[in-house]
Amino acid sequence: MGKTVLVIEDEPNIIEAIGFILSRDGWRVATHSNGVDAVEAVRARAPDLVILDVMLPGRSGYDILRDLRAGEGTSDLPVLLLTARGQTKDREMAESYGASRFMTKPFSNAEVLEAVRDLAGG
Amino acid sequence: MASLNLLIGVCLSYVAILFLVAFAAERAAMRGRGHWLRSPLVYTLSLSIYCTAWTFYGAVGYAARSGLEYLTIYIGPSLVMVGWLWAVRKIVRIGRTQRITSVADLISSRYGKSNLLAVCVTVLAVIGTTPYIALQLQSVVESFSSFALADPDVTPKGDSASTALWVAAGLAFFTVLFGTRNLDANERHHGVVMAIAVEAVVKLVALMAVGIFVVWGIGGGLSETMARIDASRLGHWQMANGRWAGLIFLAGAALFCLPRMFQVLVVENDDESHLRTAAWAFPAYLMLMSLFVVPIAVTGLELLPEGSNPDLFVLTVPLAAGQEGLAMLSFLGGFSSATSMVIVASIALSTMVSNHIVMPIWLKATGGGAAISGDVRHVVLLARRLSIVGVLLLGYLYYRVSGGGEALAAIGLISFSGVAQFLPALLGGIFWRGATRMGAFAGLMIGSVLWVWCLFLPSFGPDVIIPGEVMLHGPFGFGWLRPYALFGIAGLDPLVHGVLWSMLFNAGAFALVSVFTFPSPMERLQGAQFVNVFAHSEAPQGWQGGAAQSEDLMIMAQRILGAADAQALFQDAARRQGLPGYLPEPTAEFLQRLERELSGSVGAATAHAMVGQIVGGASVSVEELMAVADETAQIMEYSSQLEAKSEELARTARQLRAANDKLTQISVQKDAFLSQISHELRTPMTSIRAFSEILRDEGGLSAAERGKYASIILEEAVRLTRLLDDLLDLSVLENGQVNLNFREAVLSDVLDHSVRAALQERGIEIRRDPQAEALVVETDVDRLSQVFINLIANAQKYCDAAQPVLTIAVSRHRGAIHVDFSDNGSGVETGMQGLIFEKFSRIGHHQAGGAGLGLAICREVMARLGGSIAYLPGQGGAAFRVTLPGERALAAQ
Repeated sequence: MGKTVLVIEDEPNIIEAIGFILSRDGWRVATHSNGVDAVEAVRARAPDLVILDVMLPGRSGYDILRDLRAGEGTSDLPVLLLTARGQTKDREMAESYGASRFMTKPFSNAEVLEAVRDLAGG
Repeated sequence: MASLNLLIGVCLSYVAILFLVAFAAERAAMRGRGHWLRSPLVYTLSLSIYCTAWTFYGAVGYAARSGLEYLTIYIGPSLVMVGWLWAVRKIVRIGRTQRITSVADLISSRYGKSNLLAVCVTVLAVIGTTPYIALQLQSVVESFSSFALADPDVTPKGDSASTALWVAAGLAFFTVLFGTRNLDANERHHGVVMAIAVEAVVKLVALMAVGIFVVWGIGGGLSETMARIDASRLGHWQMANGRWAGLIFLAGAALFCLPRMFQVLVVENDDESHLRTAAWAFPAYLMLMSLFVVPIAVTGLELLPEGSNPDLFVLTVPLAAGQEGLAMLSFLGGFSSATSMVIVASIALSTMVSNHIVMPIWLKATGGGAAISGDVRHVVLLARRLSIVGVLLLGYLYYRVSGGGEALAAIGLISFSGVAQFLPALLGGIFWRGATRMGAFAGLMIGSVLWVWCLFLPSFGPDVIIPGEVMLHGPFGFGWLRPYALFGIAGLDPLVHGVLWSMLFNAGAFALVSVFTFPSPMERLQGAQFVNVFAHSEAPQGWQGGAAQSEDLMIMAQRILGAADAQALFQDAARRQGLPGYLPEPTAEFLQRLERELSGSVGAATAHAMVGQIVGGASVSVEELMAVADETAQIMEYSSQLEAKSEELARTARQLRAANDKLTQISVQKDAFLSQISHELRTPMTSIRAFSEILRDEGGLSAAERGKYASIILEEAVRLTRLLDDLLDLSVLENGQVNLNFREAVLSDVLDHSVRAALQERGIEIRRDPQAEALVVETDVDRLSQVFINLIANAQKYCDAAQPVLTIAVSRHRGAIHVDFSDNGSGVETGMQGLIFEKFSRIGHHQAGGAGLGLAICREVMARLGGSIAYLPGQGGAAFRVTLPGERALAAQ
């Protein structure tokens, strides 16, 4: 236990909800709410798992994911992609960019927990 | 015995009735009633002005002198109406589509709107018609004197000149009154046409009555009359083939070429289908008119003393038989024939003279400023009235000079052969695209010179104009120039001789010169339109607009068409172009239409010149030149039509592709929009669902935590509701289904209300200037407040200054009201300024709040209110300018 999850999301209420669920389950939760310097934030914090929103101010989640996959040390990092657009096209794009898991908002809390545990080996 | 006074009384009553008929018809037409005025029957009856006094009195005289030859005068037009109906129809169609006002206008318009040709035709028409008018005056005078002779109370005195003058003056009065009521010569003169129709009936009834009286009253039945005819010398006349053919040709040509026939046949026609009725009814009318001619002639020759004028048998036979009433009716018939011819002929000639001679001179004399100078309508009408008086005066003078000595029919034939000179240019123009202006001019000139020399001048009699010496031996001893024996070919009937040579040279010169000259572009365009009038009735575009000032055109059109008509025309044209108001773009199409309307009033050449003065020189575009060049041969034309078709297909395909692209684009936009909405709905939904689950599943939450989470759920639910409200609002605004409630309000009140509604605890300092805001506006106050509230709320939300200040400044600019909202924050980046009014666009980082629809809604609202909203760059902070339409505000001040 004590693994770190970095939540990159711009909606404060959603951050609050995910933070609550994960910390209740024993995760350490860090948050970041800006797309521009998200990659740097990941490097700096070196989390065990990233929960990444697609629609971020400044930069798209897909771009951030592509940079992470291309970057040293983050190419294998589990990334749970969250999107508010539930179209097939978005799912395909997420897979092509190398997302470990893809989840459509709104999600059930149990689903998120399960995915996080799966991905980070909780 | 019939008293002359009684006759004058009857005559005046008849004229009064004609005035009433004309007046009633005008009134009915003005009130939009009287569809019967436009019936084919009235049209056919109006065609009967072909039967003038010459045919009413003259045919009998003709028969008495030359037997059945008089029939040629009826056979010619009957053949044309039956066998050549398609040609008549073509001329009528051209006349209607091109708004032709006269035969001169038709020829001028066909040959590139040449005024020179119009002048030639007009002059020739005046020369040809003047003797004819004189003839009508003479017939009235002679019939009067027949009565005077029969009246023992009146000593037959030679006051025939004053009778003629009175008749001419009366006719001038009638014609001016009813013939120049409309400026648009292309419109029907309902009064005149109706009066003519009545006269047509009167003359037919009169002639039939005399005929029936002669056959059954005097002759003692049909078979006896036939026997008398056989016995008389009329039964033994041989027909001279050449002369018959010539006369039939002349009479047929007269149907198109006589100005008065053209007037009733083409100009006064307002329904092409009437021709179908006229095709049988007009020949039938002519047949009835000719039915009793021979019996009357035979009876007259038997009954009346040797040396009586056979031209007056129709009148003198009943008089001699003591039938006063019948004679009176017969007199009215002759009077009708004469007056109807004179009225229509003078209308037709006056249109030609005023449009082609007076107006061009007037336009030149006034410096050519059709747009600047005074009331053109007045000038045109005055010119037309003076022309009518002038034409009748000419006819009267001719009557006085010629002394009325010639046999009636001879003058008629000379007149026919004069106007027949128009025929090559006329028919060539509508059937042969190779015909040129120079060809038409050459043909007309040479034909009319020969006509004047061989027929017109000799008609005055030997030694009146041409000395007898010249008649016998030719001018200056040139024997081959003898008027009755050109080129030494003597022995022909003088009329056949003159017609033959003049028509031969006319047609020959026309064809030769046409082949060897090159038509101007305008001629080619007009030629194509005339020859192919059935193929494309739509005119090609003759003007290149752009330089033209619509307002100048409007001023000119008002002067010619009258203010109301011109405004209606311009407004309609503007509406067709999708423009509000009265000033359409001076497109080629519009200019073409305007020119056609004007030409209905002043003729094609003058209308063209007037529009040209305003629009400037360029009248034929390069495209049209190319099109014309492509059309040199029929084959080429066909292939170019194919090309046009395939081009049209290609164009259609392009349009379809464009439409498809647009649909695809719309579909993409719709997808993007749905995707955005999906995002905007799912985001609050996510928080609601997550916290609902937490509240349900997680134990051990503190009361504070529960309260906090519940309020998050509430907040997000509110946000969802607001989003849906905004979406609905936007949809309503975009579809234009919004109901606006305009009322007057003071701007400062609207702002007060908006500030109160928008300000929250977080607050922003608002600076205003109450004095500048004291303006009355007429608008939908709720909607305007919605915009103001949105802007104030945005300033509160996004202004990032330490001490946020929002300044609301009101100003007036060129009648519009500007309301500027500027804050002291960091403003909107230049790149984003164009996007902020788009749906779902958000500036920077947002707190759970709007969905990015606010400014999009503001933009729609302002568009509905007739104003606008824009981002105002360079104000130091974020600044928005709301513009309100200000005319009402100014008016309310």
